[in-house]
Parts: sequence; structure tokens; C-alpha cells
Amino acid sequence: MQFAFTEEQAMIAETARAFFAGNATSERTRRAMEGDGIDRDLWASFCTELGLAGIAVPEAHGGSGLGLVEFATIAEAAGAQVAALPLLGLAMPARAIAAGGSEAQKREWLPKLASGEVIAAPGGSHDQRVGDGKLTGTVDFVPHGGIADMFVLASPEGAWIVRADAPGLAIERPVTMDQTRPLARVTLTDTPGDPLPDWQAGLEAARAGGWICVAAEALGGAQATLDRTVGYAQERVQFGRPIGSFQAYKHRLADMMVEIEQARSAVYWAACAVDEDSAEAPLALHSAKSFAADTYCRCAGDMIQLHGGIGFTWEHDAHLFFKRARAIRSMLGDSDWHREQVANIIGLGEAA
Amino acid sequence: MRLGFSAGDEAFRAEAADWLADQMSGEFRDIKDVLGLTVMAERRKEWEQQLGRHRWSCIGWPSKWGGRDATLEQQVIFAEEYARSGAPGRVGHMGIELAGPTILAFGTEEQKARFLPGIASGEVLWCQGYSEPNAGSDLASVRTRARVDEATGEWVVDGQKIWTSLAQICDWIFVVTRSEEGSKGPKGLTFLLMPIDQPGITIRPIRQINGDAEFNETFFDGARTAAENLVSTPGNGWQVAMGLLAFERGVSTLGQQMGFRHELDAIIAAAKANGSASNPLIRQRIAKAEIGLRLMRYGALRVLSNTDHARPDGAALTYKLQWATWRRNLGELAMDVLGQAGEVTAGPDYDFPMLPSLFLSSRADTIYGGTNQIQRNIVAERALGLPREPRGNA
Ligand SMILES: Cc1cc2nc3c(=O)[nH]c(=O)nc-3n(C[C@H](O)[C@H](O)[C@H](O)COP(=O)(O)OP(=O)(O)OC[C@H]3O[C@@H](n4cnc5c(N)ncnc54)[C@H](O)[C@@H]3O)c2cc1C
Repeated sequence: MQFAFTEEQAMIAETARAFFAGNATSERTRRAMEGDGIDRDLWASFCTELGLAGIAVPEAHGGSGLGLVEFATIAEAAGAQVAALPLLGLAMPARAIAAGGSEAQKREWLPKLASGEVIAAPGGSHDQRVGDGKLTGTVDFVPHGGIADMFVLASPEGAWIVRADAPGLAIERPVTMDQTRPLARVTLTDTPGDPLPDWQAGLEAARAGGWICVAAEALGGAQATLDRTVGYAQERVQFGRPIGSFQAYKHRLADMMVEIEQARSAVYWAACAVDEDSAEAPLALHSAKSFAADTYCRCAGDMIQLHGGIGFTWEHDAHLFFKRARAIRSMLGDSDWHREQVANIIGLGEAA
Repeated sequence: MRLGFSAGDEAFRAEAADWLADQMSGEFRDIKDVLGLTVMAERRKEWEQQLGRHRWSCIGWPSKWGGRDATLEQQVIFAEEYARSGAPGRVGHMGIELAGPTILAFGTEEQKARFLPGIASGEVLWCQGYSEPNAGSDLASVRTRARVDEATGEWVVDGQKIWTSLAQICDWIFVVTRSEEGSKGPKGLTFLLMPIDQPGITIRPIRQINGDAEFNETFFDGARTAAENLVSTPGNGWQVAMGLLAFERGVSTLGQQMGFRHELDAIIAAAKANGSASNPLIRQRIAKAEIGLRLMRYGALRVLSNTDHARPDGAALTYKLQWATWRRNLGELAMDVLGQAGEVTAGPDYDFPMLPSLFLSSRADTIYGGTNQIQRNIVAERALGLPREPRGNA
């Protein structure tokens, strides 16, 4: 048992932290928000300079073959800056193909995903109709779906690789509350899809990756809201004292820290449990997604409150965190749904 | 990062689990799962000694003082297996977790040789004399006085402590006293070890919210202790009192957590039995409790894995708040699961079963060992670096 980073993991975490802090600045994120929700320069340097896009991809296919612990450190660093990057494409489609794709699918797609040449987006729906290898139906809320080159789309009967330029595929791009990760609607009409042979394994890998990715982003984001608010608490003076000296204020910050430390345990417990193929992995994943998302929402809300009027402005970054937090809470199963899974796992029986 | 334990550690786990299972199904069957620290006190003392005889009492201590030089992993494992076995709460815990480590850190070699083996063997039980009627959260304002009797060199103590848990069954007490006349706050305090069974000390039990009387008023009236029972130097008592390392708390909370597991399992069983397990709101709260419990375990493991014990991680400072709040919520959940059935006892005494008792007793968790408010001050000031609380001049 050693529930601490190895030296190599600590190095990856530090590299990622420095990279995102230096590059995913508020100005750049805001520019991406005004465009199509991706900072393409950031994505290019993330993939090439940093070489971290291949983290979820096996070495044989051009990736670094590292685990979810390493992936979590990167998502955490990206989340701390609310970076406008299609990270879920790595966490979900890339992992789905690696775990459930055919050799040909892996050869075709994984090197391109690892190099950043292709951007992927995940999607799921219940009303996909399949016939003759063609898909018909609508997939809503596809993260970064508006800029993706390809999709991995799942339904209760299978999972398919679908190219963005495939015939019969249409994309709508509604305005999304969190503009750093816009959600698209993908409509398929007799659109060719390439099925994953072991789609269950692919789906399981994609889910674990997605939950860890957003839970780790939530952890990084929550920590950032705390750090920034602590900074503000030291400099803003009211009634002749720094506001951080008022107990009602500092107790709220202490509560944020208590939650965040638990979220940290949750995220790394889950990542580690999946990497070790532990029987606890499902429990850990549902715990991590629900706990980290709730923590982030609470902390980002507190950040606004504790900044007063400035915290409610568009100019201040608080709303970036607040909106990302809200989006994470709703996506990939909301917190109540994840806790309901926990209730099932621990044997509470049927719900009324 | 690795969560699994090594094969050697798993073998140690099996050894500990087997021994504990033997005890709890054999000689000490009668105290399996008993609640409340004063219940069956004599048998509980015998159990402390049984643990000591088999060197299972203070396994992390050096073997020359009765420990096993156990690694942190082994301490974690033992704490988990101990609680899993249903073995009762340790009436020796204040010696094991507070007096012992304090003497290890600040005591002389003579003090270690004199006191540690008795703690490890379970023969000598300790209690904690910190709080006073006017010094609770503001512990530095203690007034109990200590002076040296010039004739004998002994320390003579006058004053009063309060809320002294288990004083009625203990042999020794460690006290924070004021030894410099006119001194204020943390200055001029002295840390003394005192035998309890002496004419200068009177103990009066105080009845608690749950009907029990675990804690006491302790009166000192010319009470005496030998010169060599001073820990550190006169006037340095505050440093001694505050000196316990944060990571010690991590290990002891792991033991506690398995007790919590037991309580949560009882709630789950009750919810299934009375049908409330199908209520979506109750399911959510039970799931939250389950998640919180797991996160305490992994949080403790994270703190224990921090190898730089000289500089404990800020996360360690968040534990007290975490577990105390979690358990208080658990007590409320227990009553919501039970409904009115939780309001009545089976017999004529004010003697409630485990879950209603949990509801009452858990109200203390957010008070003793530093209230939630004080813990928040600690987290905000020490971990987050916010300005200190302004203090009055009184
Ligand atoms: C079951 C139990 C067992 C105990 N066992 C022992 C024992 O063995 N030995 C021992 O020495 N003591 C023991 N204690 C005492 C315990 O440590 C004190 O009760 C505790 O430190 C609080 O002190 P107090 O009771 O004087 O409350 P007070 O300090 O008077 O606090 C009253 C209220 O004011 C709040 N408050 C006080 N100061 C501040 C502040 N600065 N900011 C915000 N709020 C504040 C508190 O949080 C609390 O809500 C025990 C207590 C209990 C309940």
C-alpha cells in the first residue's frame, strides 16, 4: 500500500500543472469560448510539445500506455484552468477503441488520436436504430461534438465509430451554458458506422475514463476556486480587516478544504482501483463522480458568494468554474444516479 | 500509487484476524460488541491486559517498550481487523494514543522505562486532564495551579478539571497546570503525570445526555506527584500538550472507522428490515454515508502514505471535522431510518440499543478533541494561512 504518487507520477502532475497554468490562461479560454469552444493552439501544444494526448493509448499504438492515475493528474490540471480542450475524446473514445476495437480499428485510429491529428467525441443514446451497418437516430449533448472529426456512439445494443463527414450525418451547435465544452446534437440518417467488436468492454473502459476525467477536472477546479478565494480573502479589506479574518468567512473556506480533500481521496481511489482492476472499482467510480461533482458545485458557488459583487461579473473567472461545475454534475450520470448505483452495490435492494 | 497490500502484510492481516476471532469467540466472548466505555469495566481492563500479554496493544511502538515495531501498513491492518472482529472500544486509548506518544516524544529515558511498558501491557490506564470549567476551547487559560514543595521536591497541585473521561477507572492522569504565578495563556504551563489514587484527588462522575457517566469532575486539593513526573521543563507544558503529531490521528481514526462501519451496517440492516431501504431519499443518504466512510479510509491512507511526517500534510488537519461531522449525520440518519421505534427502549432502564445510542453519543463527536468551530479555525489558519482569530485581553 502506498497511496501517494510515485516520483514519475508526481513529475507528470507537476508538468501538467505548469503547462496548463502557463498556457490555458483566462484570456485564451475566453477566446475559445467566443469561437467554437476549443483552444486549438493549446490542443496542438498539449499533443505535441507535452506529448500527453497519448496517455490513454497503448504504447503499441503510439501512446504512452499509462494508467488512469496519470490521466487524472492531467485532467485535474486542465480542470484547474477550465481549459477549453476535448479531453473527453481521449478519456472515452480512445479508451473504448483500445479496449473494445478490432486490430484494424486500433491501427487506424489510435495513433491519430494520440498525436492529436484527430479529435474524437463520445456520445450515447437509447433511440438508435441499426440496419445494414447504418445508424439512424439522434444523439444529444455530445461534448465538443461540433468540432470532432469522429465519434464513438453507444446505445444499449452496441457501439460504433462514426466519421463526422459520413453521409447522412448532421450536426447542430446550440449555445451551451458552459462555453468551454459546448454540447452538440448529432443526427444520423442511414449513416454508416463501424461497430466495435467487443463493445461492452469498450463501453466499460469509456465510462471509467469519462467518470475519472470529469471527477478529476472537478477536483482541480474545486481546488482552484479555493486557492483563488483564499488569495482574495487576504487582500480584500472591509471594516478595517482582511475579510479572511472574519470567522464566518474563514469557516466556509475550511469547509471547502474538507470537501476537497475528500474529493481528492475519491478521485485517486477510483483511478487506482481501475488501474489495479480491483473489485472496488465500480463503487469507487460512482463515489468519485458524485462526490467530486458535488464538491465542485459547492466550492464554485461559494467562490461567487465569497467574492461579493465582482464574483457575479462576466469579467471575473468565477463563472467559468461555476458553469463547468454545473455541467459536470449533469453529464455522464448525475450525482443522484451515481449514488443510486452505490445503493445497489451495497445491497439496499430495489428502490420504491 | 498502489492500494493493494503486500503478501507479507496480508499474512500479518490473517494472523491478527485469527487471533482476534479466537478471543472474541472464546475467552472474551462476553465483551464482543459491547458499547459504552464504562460498561463491564473490569472485563474491559482484563481485555487490555490480554492484548498487552500478546503484544497486540501498541504494535507501532518500539519492541523494547512493549510494541512490535510495526510498520504503518501493519498498524492500519491491525486497526481494521480489530474493529472487524467486534472487539470492544479500548479503555486504554488515552494512554495508548495520548500519554504514550507524548512520553515517547518528550519524556526522559527514565520516564519511558517507567511508564511505557505499563501502558503497553494494559496494566496501567490513563486519563486526560486538560479541560476546566473555564478553559475548554480556550485551553490555554487553565487555572489549576502547580507548585514545587521545597521540602520534598514534589509537585503540589490545586484546582479542578472537568469532563475527564474514564477518570473513575484509570490509574494515572496527565494534567496541564499553571506553574508560574501571574502568567497568561500558553506561557507558564507545566505538564505533569499524576497517580490518581491519592488523598488529594476526588473524582465525581457527571451524568451525560445518554444516561451514562463516562466523564467526571476531577478535584485537586494538595494532590502530589514526584519531581521526576514532570514532562519536559516547567513552563513548557503547552508545547507538550500540543505536540502530538497529526499523523497519529490518522492511525487511530482508521480503527475508529471500522467501528463506524459496524454502525453503518446496522443502519443498512435496519433499513432493509423496516422497508425504508426502498425510500429513494433514505437510499441517497445511506449511499452518501457509505461514500463518506470510504473516503475517510482512503483519506487516512493518503495521510499515512505521506512519508514526510515532519511536515504533516494539510489534509491531516481536516480529519477531525470530517469524521465528527460524518458520524453526527449518521446518528441522525439512524433515527430517520428507525422512526418512532427509535424513541422507546425495550426494558425499564434508560438504556437504548446501538442506533438510538449512536444518535445521542454522536453529539459529543463535534465537541470533544476540539469543537467543529475550533477545528475550522485550525484548518483555516494553519492549512490555508488565513489571519488568526483576534484574541481578547482578559
Ligand atoms: C464526551 C466528552 C468527553 C470529554 N473528555 C475529555 C477528557 O477526557 N479530558 C479533557 O480534558 N476534556 C474532555 N472533554 C472536554 C472537551 O475537550 C471540551 O468540552 C471541548 O474542548 C469544548 O470546551 P467547552 O466544553 O468548555 O466549550 P466552550 O469552549 O465553552 O465552547 C462553547 C461553544 O462555543 C464555541 N466556541 C468557543 N470558542 C470559539 C471560537 N474561538 N470560535 C468559535 N466558536 C467558539 C464552541 O465551538 C462551542 O460551540 C470531553 C468532552 C466530551 C463532550
